[in-house]
Amino acid sequence: MAPKLPPQLPPQNRVEQAGDASGTAGHADAGYHHGPKGLLRWLLTTNHKEIGTLYLIFSLSMFFIGGIFALVVRAELFQPGLQLVQPEFFNQMTTMHGLIMVFGAVMPGFVGLANWMIPLQIGAPDMALPRLNNFSFWLLPVAFTLLLSTLLMPGGGPNFGWTFYAPLSTTYSPPSTTFFILSLHMAGISSILGAINIIATILNLRAPGMRMMDMPLFVWTWLITAFLLIAVMPVLAGVITMMLLDINFGTSFFNAAGGGDPVMFQHIFWFFGHPEVYIMILPAFGIVSAIIPTFARKRLFGYASMVYATSSIAILSFLVWAHHMFAVGLPLVAELFFMYTTMLIAVPTGVKVFNWIATLFQGSISFETPMLFALAFVVLFSIGGFSGLMLAIAPADFQYHDTYFVVAHFHYVLVPGAVFAIMAAVYYWLPKWTGHYPNERLGRWHFWTSVVGVNLTFFPMHFSGLAGMPRRIPDYALQFADFNMASSIGALLFGTSQLLFVLMIIKCVRGGEKAPAKAWDGAVDLEWTVPSPAPLHTFETPPRFQHQEH
Amino acid sequence: MRNLPGVVAAVGGSVWLTRSTLVHGWNMPLGVTALSRDIHGLHMTIFWICVVIGVVVFGVMFYSLFRYRRSKGAKASLFHENTKVEVIWTAVPLLILIGMALPATATLKQMYDAKDADLDVMVTGQQWRWHYEYLGEDVAFTSNLTTPRDQIDGLAAKGENYLLEVDEPLVLPVGRKVRFLLTSDDVVHSWWVPDLAVKQDAIPGFVNENWVRIETPGTYRGQCTELCGRNHGFMPVVVEAMEPEAFDSWLAERKQAAAREASGVDREWTMDELMSRGQQVYESICASCHQVDGSGSPPVFPALTNNPALIAERDRHIATVINGVAGKPMPAFSSSLSPVEIAAVITYERNAWGNDTGDSVQPSEIQARLE
Repeated sequence: MAPKLPPQLPPQNRVEQAGDASGTAGHADAGYHHGPKGLLRWLLTTNHKEIGTLYLIFSLSMFFIGGIFALVVRAELFQPGLQLVQPEFFNQMTTMHGLIMVFGAVMPGFVGLANWMIPLQIGAPDMALPRLNNFSFWLLPVAFTLLLSTLLMPGGGPNFGWTFYAPLSTTYSPPSTTFFILSLHMAGISSILGAINIIATILNLRAPGMRMMDMPLFVWTWLITAFLLIAVMPVLAGVITMMLLDINFGTSFFNAAGGGDPVMFQHIFWFFGHPEVYIMILPAFGIVSAIIPTFARKRLFGYASMVYATSSIAILSFLVWAHHMFAVGLPLVAELFFMYTTMLIAVPTGVKVFNWIATLFQGSISFETPMLFALAFVVLFSIGGFSGLMLAIAPADFQYHDTYFVVAHFHYVLVPGAVFAIMAAVYYWLPKWTGHYPNERLGRWHFWTSVVGVNLTFFPMHFSGLAGMPRRIPDYALQFADFNMASSIGALLFGTSQLLFVLMIIKCVRGGEKAPAKAWDGAVDLEWTVPSPAPLHTFETPPRFQHQEH
Repeated sequence: MRNLPGVVAAVGGSVWLTRSTLVHGWNMPLGVTALSRDIHGLHMTIFWICVVIGVVVFGVMFYSLFRYRRSKGAKASLFHENTKVEVIWTAVPLLILIGMALPATATLKQMYDAKDADLDVMVTGQQWRWHYEYLGEDVAFTSNLTTPRDQIDGLAAKGENYLLEVDEPLVLPVGRKVRFLLTSDDVVHSWWVPDLAVKQDAIPGFVNENWVRIETPGTYRGQCTELCGRNHGFMPVVVEAMEPEAFDSWLAERKQAAAREASGVDREWTMDELMSRGQQVYESICASCHQVDGSGSPPVFPALTNNPALIAERDRHIATVINGVAGKPMPAFSSSLSPVEIAAVITYERNAWGNDTGDSVQPSEIQARLE
């Protein structure tokens, strides 16, 4: 359809760049490592595959820490009454669970996948800025060690929810809040630098002949996500800096008694927070758009419309933030504007779901573990989308807002949404990373226990929310008891079934059925042209990209 | 098509099952106002739209997954776009959304129409209780959780209205339009009663509006829905709606009681009177932060025992209770407590838990300072 464009750079230039990126060892033979050994190797590495691995291991560790916090919450809520923890600690657990899962598990998980796969999918030798890449990663363990250490400080850790509404998070916060701000600043810098790196890589290092509209959708969705990150992480940095000033330097940005405005906090937070929600789901769309065509053995339906839908979602994400604030007392016109824009998001999101289903239609479908997770993603993410559509109806939102219905909604889009997509990606690309197929039997057990666990946890929350249970309470009235017991049992099942995931990964790293370069017969992208496991250095000479007619 | 009756029965049965389970305790309550029923109607409409879309979309999906299995020898087609289909599945959802936006807009407009109210009630959120003031009627009180600690700790059987019971419910007339003006003395709270379909944030420095016209007398229970600190889960809302005549006589009675209370300002109170009244105020207002035994929750909420600065400086003690502490959680109580209550609670704090200063604070002194 589009006219054939000449490659952006002549191939010779690419070869030189590849030489530069591999550093002092200019003669680097693929697969051999020349730097320091042991721990120092991981501390100093600038290799995108090693940094990708570090990100993924970090993300998995945080997934378990955040998961344990969630299980503390669910254990306390197993029955009415206060049994295990007191409200002070309960609030720290809900807050830390949210912060760790959002900033420590989901975001670094996707960055890890980007590090590993974007250079492989566009035929680049590495990320464009390898040293920056190393710095972006190593900020994270520092930031999250600091964040977790606040739990041991006098007065405890953050206890004001992951949304940290002022003035609860300023005037009324524990002394450790300043450390919370510092750790969030570090995580934010890490995200911004990572995003710059991803944009630089995608725009400059594509294989000769690969146009933008030839890029795999995972690359496309990450490109758009990276722009969202650059746009909104500074907004987060701004709002936490204002908090820092309010707490320590006597300003009154959010202190009504000093002429400040607590509602302004919410506006700024959600101007960051809503695009943040899409930051956590757009790369998932890219992953599912890679896996479904592979296992349906049929080209993705509507590639171009997928790109346009993703872009529209990203643009709309800046225009819907106040739907988190319908009960704040906005003027009527604002309520109407944000209700309409929010409903509008359903259109491009629907297009994506329809495209995936049209890809399945008349395919030749098989059900390996990555496909199972991707299919569960389509169904369960759509359920989260439906409850999102219900929440968009502003009059009804007055009844849903800040209840367990909202908790059900965003966990459906984040757990069987974002998290299942990351798991699907891990199963899908493990053969490329390790050279072995993941154990299919273990994968199926992991999948089915996760699906049952996730639905048993989050589906009853729709009912407890509609019946009137507010979120973030450590104890509840008796009519919510059955729903909460079901949710707690589901959470325990989901949590323990993740041990199977770890077991599967360990087994796959250590051995298993050998995978060829093209590990899945329906796969088409460039990463399947390099050997499995992918050697440490790949595409030192750029591949010739054969573009498909879209 | 031989299975058609079976399919119809199955679909009908599951719809019926969904409908009946959605009625009781599983779904948004129908409520007791015209608006709450409108909102419930919107909720059910959008719910069924989602169900229908879900059945169609997932139906096609599962059909494809079943029909085009590679294990059954399915061969993949080559098509990968179709402009006509793509336009249809962009346009149809858009039309459905427009159809949904119209009634939602109409309902929202009604919700925002708080003018011409018969009664104004100021609702003030405080960590962790609600304060109600009937504007222009000189009637005001705070509403505290009454569920005993033993029930929360599992040492006693939980009552029927566990965590949803208060000492003084908000009393409202049925049939009259009541306007709520909501604000907060400390952090953001949110006042919610599901049966009234009213949820509105109470924000320090802001006064929000909402309104209700209750149709049926009864007791309606809700909770704070915005995380507001440690006892967020323990600040219920209870509304008692009564017939207008009963409400009027209730209000008149409360007015008289308020007048009696105000007249107590001028007389000299004995130490015992101040102490017993002070203990009552302390335990309902102050103990949620400073604890019943005055030990506080440092570092955010200081202890009142072993606090020499507080005990040595009587003047500062009084000023702290009246004006609060700038930049700290301690709110100003000059508007939410009466002079009698302020005098009594300060006297109590200066003489309880071993703070045996022996001095008392008279309501008249507080009255003078307030003026």
